[in-house]
Amino acid sequence: MISGRERTLSAIRDALGRGALGPDEKAKLERRLRYPRANVVPARGQCDSREGLVATFIAEAERVNATVERLCSGDDIAPAVADFLRAHNLPQRVRVAGDAVFKDVRWSDAGGLEAEAGPAAADDSASVTGAYAGIAETGTLMLLSGPDSPTLLNFLPPNHIIVLPEGSVVGTYEDAWHRLRAEVGTGIAMPRVITWITGPSRTADIEQTLLLGAHGPRRLHVLLVDGATSAA
Amino acid sequence: MQSTARAFTANARQALDDAKLQVALARFPEGFPVKRRLAVERLPEFEALRDDAKEIKDHVLAHLDYYLERFEAKVAERGGQVHWCSDAEEARTLLVKLCRDAGATTITKAKSMIGEEIGVNDCLEEAGFKPVETDLGEYIIQLRHEPPSHIIAPAVHLSKDQVAEAFRAAHKDLPDDRPLNEPQEMLDEARAVLRRAFLSSSVGITGANMLVAETGSIVLVTNEGNADLTQTIPPVQIVIASIEKIVPTLEDAATVLRVLARSATGQDLSVYTTFTTGPRRSGDLDGPQHFHVILLDNGRTRMLGGEFREMLRCIRCGACINHCPVYGAIGGHAYGWVYSGPMGAVLIPNLIGVDEAKDLPNASTLCGRCEEVCPMRIPLPRLLRKLRDQQFEAGQVPPLFRYGLRWWARLARWPALYRLATGAGVATLGRLGRRKGRFRKMPFAGGWTNARDLPAPQGRTFQQWWSAEKGVRQ
Amino acid sequence: MKVALFVTCLVDLIRPSVGMAAVKLLRDAGCEVVVPAAQTCCGQPAVNSGDRADAVAIAKRVIDAFSSFSHVVVPSGSCAGTIKVHYPELFQDDPVMARRARDLADRTFELTTFLADVLKVGAIAGRFDAEAAYHDSCSGLRELGIREQPRALLAGIAGLELQELKGAATCCGFGGLFCVKYPDISEKMVDAKVDDILASGADAVLGGDLGCLMNIAGRLSRRGVPMNVRHVAEVLADMTADVPPVGGREARGSA
Repeated sequence: MISGRERTLSAIRDALGRGALGPDEKAKLERRLRYPRANVVPARGQCDSREGLVATFIAEAERVNATVERLCSGDDIAPAVADFLRAHNLPQRVRVAGDAVFKDVRWSDAGGLEAEAGPAAADDSASVTGAYAGIAETGTLMLLSGPDSPTLLNFLPPNHIIVLPEGSVVGTYEDAWHRLRAEVGTGIAMPRVITWITGPSRTADIEQTLLLGAHGPRRLHVLLVDGATSAA
Repeated sequence: MQSTARAFTANARQALDDAKLQVALARFPEGFPVKRRLAVERLPEFEALRDDAKEIKDHVLAHLDYYLERFEAKVAERGGQVHWCSDAEEARTLLVKLCRDAGATTITKAKSMIGEEIGVNDCLEEAGFKPVETDLGEYIIQLRHEPPSHIIAPAVHLSKDQVAEAFRAAHKDLPDDRPLNEPQEMLDEARAVLRRAFLSSSVGITGANMLVAETGSIVLVTNEGNADLTQTIPPVQIVIASIEKIVPTLEDAATVLRVLARSATGQDLSVYTTFTTGPRRSGDLDGPQHFHVILLDNGRTRMLGGEFREMLRCIRCGACINHCPVYGAIGGHAYGWVYSGPMGAVLIPNLIGVDEAKDLPNASTLCGRCEEVCPMRIPLPRLLRKLRDQQFEAGQVPPLFRYGLRWWARLARWPALYRLATGAGVATLGRLGRRKGRFRKMPFAGGWTNARDLPAPQGRTFQQWWSAEKGVRQ
Repeated sequence: MKVALFVTCLVDLIRPSVGMAAVKLLRDAGCEVVVPAAQTCCGQPAVNSGDRADAVAIAKRVIDAFSSFSHVVVPSGSCAGTIKVHYPELFQDDPVMARRARDLADRTFELTTFLADVLKVGAIAGRFDAEAAYHDSCSGLRELGIREQPRALLAGIAGLELQELKGAATCCGFGGLFCVKYPDISEKMVDAKVDDILASGADAVLGGDLGCLMNIAGRLSRRGVPMNVRHVAEVLADMTADVPPVGGREARGSA
C-alpha cells in the first residue's frame, strides 16, 4: 500500500510537473535554510542607541496595553512587585520562574510578599517571569520555555509581571532570532516553546468590543531593569 | 461540514432580512478596515513586506515537497510524529484513532480553519468524545451549532443578547438570575467555564498558522491565549495543518507575521505568537508528552497543479473579507461553507466543486478591493474570472444570461446591425421616458427596476449625433 | 493631436451627452477628435461572465477598429480598464494578438487621465453650483489608478464644492450584470452608497462611469431623493445647464 506520505509527495511533484529534486537543487535549498537571510526589516526597530531602542520598546508595549516600569537595579524588583500587587488589590503572593535574573532577589524583604517557584497552579493570581528578549519594533517580549520557565506561568495567572534587563532589548524580530541562534541555537538546543507576548490577552469576539484578559493574563506589567545586562 | 452554497441566493435573501445580522454587519466598515489602514500607515515598509511575503510563499509552493520532507525530519528529530493525509476522511479517521489511543474524554481545541474544513467537532462527537472550542467566538458558535461566519471573528454575526442566550442554555449549573448583559460578564463566564475544560482536557487540537521547515516548529497566533493553553496543558497535542502552511525559516515566518495581524485586525502583531517544537523535554515542568502533526492535502495538490495555485498563498488573515462589500451586505453564512468573502468564493468551489457552489464566483462586482488589501497579493478578481470562464465553458450559466450575452456579443461584432437595432430602441425608450427622465418598470428588466428607477435614454445615440455633427463641420 | 474616441455602448445608447462633452473637452484641449464608426461595446459583459469566445471576438473587432490611432480615449474607467487590463489577458495563447492587444492597451486612456496626465490640462473653468460627492468607480480607481485626475480638473469649476465620502473606495453595487443577477445584494450595496452620500450632505453626485451613476441615480430616484447625478465630463464641459441629470427630467417647462 502506498503511504499517505508518498501519495502526497507524488501528487505535489505531479502538480509541479517534475520529479523529486536533484542534489544540486536540494543543496541550494539546504543553504537557504542553513544560512537564513533577513527579508525587508522595518526601520522602526532599527536604532543605533540603546536608549532609543528602549524608548521604542516602551512606547510600543504601552500602545498594546502593557504597563512598563523602569527600575534602577535588581534590588528594586521585589518592592516593585509588591507595589504592583498592592495597587491592584491583589494578594501579596506570586509564582516565580527560576530564571537567573531572580537569583539575588530577596522576595521576603518586600513586606509580606510570598514568592513560590514552580509551575503555575490554577488559582495563582500573579506570576513573575523573566524574558529572553524585548523586541522594540512591536513592544514584544520573547520568552523561552525550559525547566526553570514553564510555559503555563505566562498564561494561567491573570496577572503577569515580566522582568526584563534593559540590555535584553533588541530592535527587530531578526535581531531576536540572531541572538537566539548565537546564544542558544535553533537546532536541537532550541527551546521547545518560544512565546512572543505583545500586550495582555484580549478578545473582541462579542460585538467587536475589545476586552482584556480573555484566557491569558488581564494585566501585563514589565519591569525594565537598568544596568543589568542580558539574562542569558 | 455539509455545504449550503447551492442555496446561496436564498441564503443571501435571508441574511438581508435578518435584522440582528445587519446590525452586526453595520459595525464592519468602522472596524477592521480602519484599523488595518492605520496600522499600514504606521509601517512604511508594508508594501515591500507584502512583496517579500508573496515571494516566500511562491518559493515554498514551487518546492513544497522538499520543505515538507524537511519539516517532517525536524519534527521527528525533536520527538514529534508527522502523519500525512490526503483527504478529510483520512484525517478524521486518524484523528479519532489518536484520540482513542490517548484515552481522551474532553478534548480542547483552538480555532482552526482546516479543522472546520474537515468537520473535526462532528466527527469527535460521533466517536464519543467531548470536543470544546476554546476561542471565545468559536466556543459561542459551537454552543449554537453553527459554522463560523468569519475566519478570524467566527461569531461576528451575533449580538450580545444572542451570546447571552447561548450561555444561559449551555451553562445550566450557573444561577439563572446571574446578570449577563455586558460582554465583560459573558467573557468572565466563558473564561471560568473554559478554564475547567482546559484543566480536564486530555488532548489539545490546534491548527497552525505556519510550519517552519528550518526548525520543525509550528507557529500559532492568537489574541486570547487559548491556543497556548490548548497546546500546553493536555498530555497529547495534535496539530492539523494543510500542506501549504510551510515557510522555510524563522526569518520568513517573521515576514509573514508582519503582514498577518496588520491585515487581519490592524494590530502590529497578535498578542501571542508561539513557536512550538516537539513534545515536552526532560526537565520541562509542562507541555504534552506526545506531539502529532497531521499534514493534510485536502485538495491543495489539485490547486497547486492548476490555475488556482496563487490561492495557496492565502494566510487566512480575512482582509479580503473585511473589505468585501458583498460580505458586508450578507455576512459569512450565506456563502454556505467554512470560508466566506472573496477568499471563500475562490476556495469553496475549488475544495468542494464548482457544481456545489455555482453562485459564489459570480456574486461579486469584481470591485478589486480584496486584491488591493491582500497581503499575499492574490489576484482574487482574476481567480473569480477564471472560475467564471470554467463555468461558462461547462455550460453552467443560466440560459437567459447565456443567450442574452451571445445575442449582445453578436450585435457588438456587427456595428451596422448594432446601430440599426439600438437606434430604434433608443428612440422609442427616449420618447417614452422623456417626461420623467426615468422608468419605474421595464419588461425583462425586473432585476434592475425592482430596486431602482432606470434612467431613460436621451433619445438618440451618440453615433447619430456624431454623424449629424460631422455633416455640420464638414 | 488626433484622438480616437471610444464612446462606449452605455454612453452611445443611454447618455450621448457624455460623449458630446468628451468631444468638447478634447477639442478645447486642442485635439482633433475622430469617432471610428466600427465601434460598439468593449465586450466587458462577456469578459466578466466567462464568455471568452465572445470576449475574444469583440476584442479583435475593437483592436482592429482602433489600430491606426496613437491615442484612444474612453469616457469610462471600467471600459478603459477592460481594454487596458483585460484584453491582453484574453490572448495569452495567441502571441500576435497579445502584442496587438498590449499595443492598444498602451494607447488607450480614460478621459480624465488623458486630459490631466497626457495633455497636462490643469483646472478647467466652468460653473456648477453644487456640493458634490465624487464617486470613484472601482475599475477606474483600482485598475487604472484614477483618483486625483478628475478632482484636479474640477478644481476650476466655480460654485462646486467636492465632498469626500466616508466609503469613497467602496463599490456602489453595480458590477455590470451583477446588479441584475443578484439584485437583492446589489440593492443593499447601493443603499449603503446612497446613505453615505446623504450623510455627506451633498446635493450632487459626480463620477466617471455611467454604469455606476445610473445605479446610484436609479436608487436615489426610487427612494425619492432629488439629486443632481452627473458624469464628470458634463460638468467639465459646462453642459449642466443644457442637459438634465442622470435619471432627471428635461429642463423645467418642457415636461
